[in-house]
Amino acid sequence: MGIADFTFYLFAVTTIVAGLLVVVSRSPVHSVLWLILAFLSSAGLFVLIGAEFVAMLLIIVYVGAVAVLFLFVVMMLDVDFAELKAEMSRYIPVAGLIGVVILMQLSMAYSEWQFSEGIDARLGNPAPAIDETHNTAALGALIYDQYFLLFQLAGLILLVAMIGAIVLTLRHRTDIKRQNVLAQMYRNPAKAMERKDVKPGQGL
Amino acid sequence: MFGSDIAILLPEIVLAVFAMLGLLAAVYTSGDGKAPLLVWLSAGLLALIGLYIAFTGVGVEQAFGGMVVNDGFARFAKVVILLAAAAILLVGKDFLKRDGLLRFEYPMLIVLATVGMMVMVSAGDLMTLYMGLELQSLSLYVVASMRRDSVRSTEAGLKYFVLGALSSGLLLYGASLTYGFAGTTSFAGIIEAAEGGASLGLIFGLVFMFAGLAFKVSAVPFHMWTPDVYEGAPTPVTAFFATAPKMAGIGLLARLGHDAFGGVVGDWQQIVALLAVLSMFLGAIAAIGQTDIKRLMAYSSITHMGFALMGLAAGTEQGVSAMLIYMAIYVTMNIGAFAFIMSMEKDGRHVTNTSSLNGFASKEPTKALAIMVLMFSLAGVPPLLGFFGKYAVLFAAVDAGLMLVAILGVIASVIGAFYYLRIVYFMYFGEPREGIDGKMGALSYVGLVAAAAIMVFGVFNLFGVDSLAEAAAATLVR
Repeated sequence: MGIADFTFYLFAVTTIVAGLLVVVSRSPVHSVLWLILAFLSSAGLFVLIGAEFVAMLLIIVYVGAVAVLFLFVVMMLDVDFAELKAEMSRYIPVAGLIGVVILMQLSMAYSEWQFSEGIDARLGNPAPAIDETHNTAALGALIYDQYFLLFQLAGLILLVAMIGAIVLTLRHRTDIKRQNVLAQMYRNPAKAMERKDVKPGQGL
Repeated sequence: MFGSDIAILLPEIVLAVFAMLGLLAAVYTSGDGKAPLLVWLSAGLLALIGLYIAFTGVGVEQAFGGMVVNDGFARFAKVVILLAAAAILLVGKDFLKRDGLLRFEYPMLIVLATVGMMVMVSAGDLMTLYMGLELQSLSLYVVASMRRDSVRSTEAGLKYFVLGALSSGLLLYGASLTYGFAGTTSFAGIIEAAEGGASLGLIFGLVFMFAGLAFKVSAVPFHMWTPDVYEGAPTPVTAFFATAPKMAGIGLLARLGHDAFGGVVGDWQQIVALLAVLSMFLGAIAAIGQTDIKRLMAYSSITHMGFALMGLAAGTEQGVSAMLIYMAIYVTMNIGAFAFIMSMEKDGRHVTNTSSLNGFASKEPTKALAIMVLMFSLAGVPPLLGFFGKYAVLFAAVDAGLMLVAILGVIASVIGAFYYLRIVYFMYFGEPREGIDGKMGALSYVGLVAAAAIMVFGVFNLFGVDSLAEAAAATLVR
């Protein structure tokens, strides 16, 4: 067993164990930390197959942004996860049964698996070989050339997600006081004070 | 190469750019004050592009390496979708404005959803299919929960979102199995791979994908979300759900069934036939107990999806053309019916109870007549247009040898007629005690009367829609 094999098994086992612990650990904060470990070891797996760009993306986007966001959400929202889990455990027998049935059916499908005839010709090789070009360039060529349309559509979908978040949460409140810096700066004693001639016995 | 690709996708691009510019313009100016104007502009643009597609474009064009196919089938579906979206925008404007829901994002989200639907019906690749579907669904989740102060509306949005995500998961799993079998995601490649017959893996993929798409068209047994979402969403949004996305979903099913799995029609035919029979019966029977007209229309739409799926189940060119005609008629009827439902009010408050229609005919004879025509047409009573839609579908099923399905369809249709006729009964023979006010905005009134008129006059002349549907079906089924 070479060093590459050893690294593969190390990363693979870590990913699976960490993934399992995400689901079973009691504290949600621990879950998120295990999730980060799972992401990191999958990034290691990507490096092993030569996809260093995807590996870095996984670390930057998933560990750097998504997981940290999760952590914030978990810490800020006061959700009683123990209660949620207790609720969930009531359904575990039924869910387990359905899971086992689906697993059996899928294993039937995979044990009989046949590829279509001439699959190699159709499969082709969309990206140039790893030793010809580094995979950032190869991915760029694919995304901005062959899959240009899909890339733009994905952009539209993200736009809709953004509009949705704004539509459903933004509230223009009128009953609160906001700071208006310019109004504060151009305020002078003449504007701030007003003299009134109050007639005796009448008040303002 | 690139220029011609853009030219084929021009309608979608124009709409997407319009939506973005509209958003920017509204944000930088008065915002929601411009919303009515934006509704008019969007509806005008949608209708204009619909007419443009209807009167131009011939033959089969492919763009972006076959990822998008623009053929007669896609054009027919796009015209129905665009015109339906335009009509719903106009008809629902007054309702939303009065309820303070007419925000400038609403027309823009509808336009973006329409772009998604247009991509769906002209997809030539599993990835394009998914992108279009998500663009459509995501916009719909947002508009479903637009009335964000109401628990019902937000529940509708959330329910729709969770179940929609589940169905997308099923669809993607099926797509990955199909890709694993065929080695390509393009429809042309899949049909070539399946030439030697379907292996178990391909059938698994096919079943998962059809199940995922059945969610989107609310076919039984994947219909559970429909009544709750229809009831909870603001009525114009419900009207939109019942029209354009249904056409897109059915169109996508037909496109997938014939373009990608055209070689294994026998394998998906039985799934679609079962979905059709279950939908027709569940929709017809479950609607009987409903007192809320929006829930009733939800079950009605489930039944109608069953009939449209019966056309698809035939697996023939005739079946697809019958399905397209059926969908066009169904969309028109629903626009009319919802134009009325939106205006159901009593003392300035919306009511959706069917019993509030009691004695409506003595108060507003013209409107009652229009609704009666629409209800008879929805039930499929001859000689109205709805009957001919059902007739075409049943005929296609019989011709394809699905005699049993056709007979069950007729039985379900008879059962379903009960609740449509009960609405007519309420209107004409109910006690006129606490009925609705019966006032309607001008646009809704036009929508109602126009739909009813089409149901009557369409019997004599369909203005070439039937021949267009036949031509469209001919480009899909090979």
